[in-house]
Amino acid sequence: MIGDFFFAPFSEFSFMRRALVGCLALSLGATPVGVFLMLRRMSLTGDAMAHAILPGAAIGFLFAGLSLQAMTLGGVVAGMAVALAAGFVSRSTVLREDASLAAFYLISLALGVLIVSTRGSNIDLMHLLFGTVLALNNDAIVLIAGIASLSLLVLATLYRPLVLECLEPAFLRSVSSLSPLTHHAFLTLVVINLVGGFHALGTLMSIGVMILPAAAARFWARDISTLIGIAVGLALLGSYAGLLLSFHADLPTGSCIVLSIGALYVVSLLIGREGVLTNWYRSTRHLEA
Amino acid sequence: MHDVALEFVDLTLGYESHPAVHHLQASIPRGALVAIVGPNGAGKSTLLKGVAGILAPLAGEIRLQGCARKEIAYLPQIVDMDRSFPISVFDLVSVGLWRELGTLGGLNRQQRQRVSEALAAVGLASFGRRSIGSLSGGQLQRALFARVRLRDAPVILLDEPLTSVDVETAHTLLGVIRQWHAEQRTVLAVLHDIDQVHQHFPHTLLLSRELVAFGPTRESLQPSNLLRARQLTEAFDEHAHACQRHASEAA
Repeated sequence: MIGDFFFAPFSEFSFMRRALVGCLALSLGATPVGVFLMLRRMSLTGDAMAHAILPGAAIGFLFAGLSLQAMTLGGVVAGMAVALAAGFVSRSTVLREDASLAAFYLISLALGVLIVSTRGSNIDLMHLLFGTVLALNNDAIVLIAGIASLSLLVLATLYRPLVLECLEPAFLRSVSSLSPLTHHAFLTLVVINLVGGFHALGTLMSIGVMILPAAAARFWARDISTLIGIAVGLALLGSYAGLLLSFHADLPTGSCIVLSIGALYVVSLLIGREGVLTNWYRSTRHLEA
Repeated sequence: MHDVALEFVDLTLGYESHPAVHHLQASIPRGALVAIVGPNGAGKSTLLKGVAGILAPLAGEIRLQGCARKEIAYLPQIVDMDRSFPISVFDLVSVGLWRELGTLGGLNRQQRQRVSEALAAVGLASFGRRSIGSLSGGQLQRALFARVRLRDAPVILLDEPLTSVDVETAHTLLGVIRQWHAEQRTVLAVLHDIDQVHQHFPHTLLLSRELVAFGPTRESLQPSNLLRARQLTEAFDEHAHACQRHASEAA
């Protein structure tokens, strides 16, 4: 009976199994990237880049319809272009990086919606904006899993410089010449994970599986390796709960997944080790030394 | 003639083509413990940035003898560190071993032992597992000294390392500096406390945009030199006043 509730949707329906596999891969790859995005105070940058992917995917759609390869390529090119252009503008003008990113992503978003609506239907637009986690085909799953594997490999290789780049960039530059490589490799990881996430959750919510678990885990963990572990755990749990909720209550899947992780965030915010209630409770007592 | 570690050859360093260090000519012997002393705005920090390779010379050059740029350990006055970052004191200090570990290497037992020893040497033996956000300013400075210690650097640059620490911390850190000196490392430290300089630093470079004196501390810091250092910055101030007058006339 209980088993039916928790497992039957996945044992009976292959589209639910595919959705679950896609979400597991996203949680394993995109969430650790999201942790670094948060620690580099780039959470909103990630959000802006997610929006910037839309026109690229839309141009791919324009040429090839709902083709996985064309939309992926378009999304990666557009995401990288906006990331690099925003960095260039902030280095060479008075405009800060956040403002220049906002400018680029607003232009991109408007352009993307325009392109899709001139050639496609509203359903196509919804597809791009909110993803199709219940309609992932084999190619899409292989793509998402491939991106997750590559992300873990790159993160493992560049872990130490990446931590230092967040913590104390001047020290990294003083001991190593890896700083520019680390920065650009990381931006690339952000873009390809957003594109991977976009097939499942759409451009608007692909950032959700990156930032929300990271932010929630920050209330539990005091060092970065624990932080990454907890964030991945929360992402897996949230994805599973979201899929179940969406199946049983017949609600949009992408929103259910992001909302489930969001619920875990609120719980962590309240009762996590560094959460609001815990800190309040702790402030009423202290150790002897 | 001493073995030379660092040579400043007609060195001019500055910002937006305004010189902060002007035509400096000096040779730092290997293994010397040198205090860099001078009024505010004398170019002391600028000189260290130049040696660390953060600031390129406007003219002249800095010659490093038998030491690569990346081997120099530089501790800036204000460390640009995200102190809310979730990392333990032990992990922060252990990146001092970067040259041995590189990007991928993990710490073996002997290296962990050395990190613990470095923490103990600055009086932070029981702080390894704390997160860096829980450290006070003085404790963080101790941790950064422990990290410099692990870098095993032939040349060490310290920018006002004792300015915002209490007497006890200063005592501990001066002990670490003396040990570096005993190990034949070349140490350049910007300091403001003249008594500390007299007590602990055999050599002093008195800087006031231009070189005023470099040699044994007692000679460098004699009253006539200190007076000259003050006059040079006063001259510098007058110049600044002239520029302001000019600007207000124009306006």
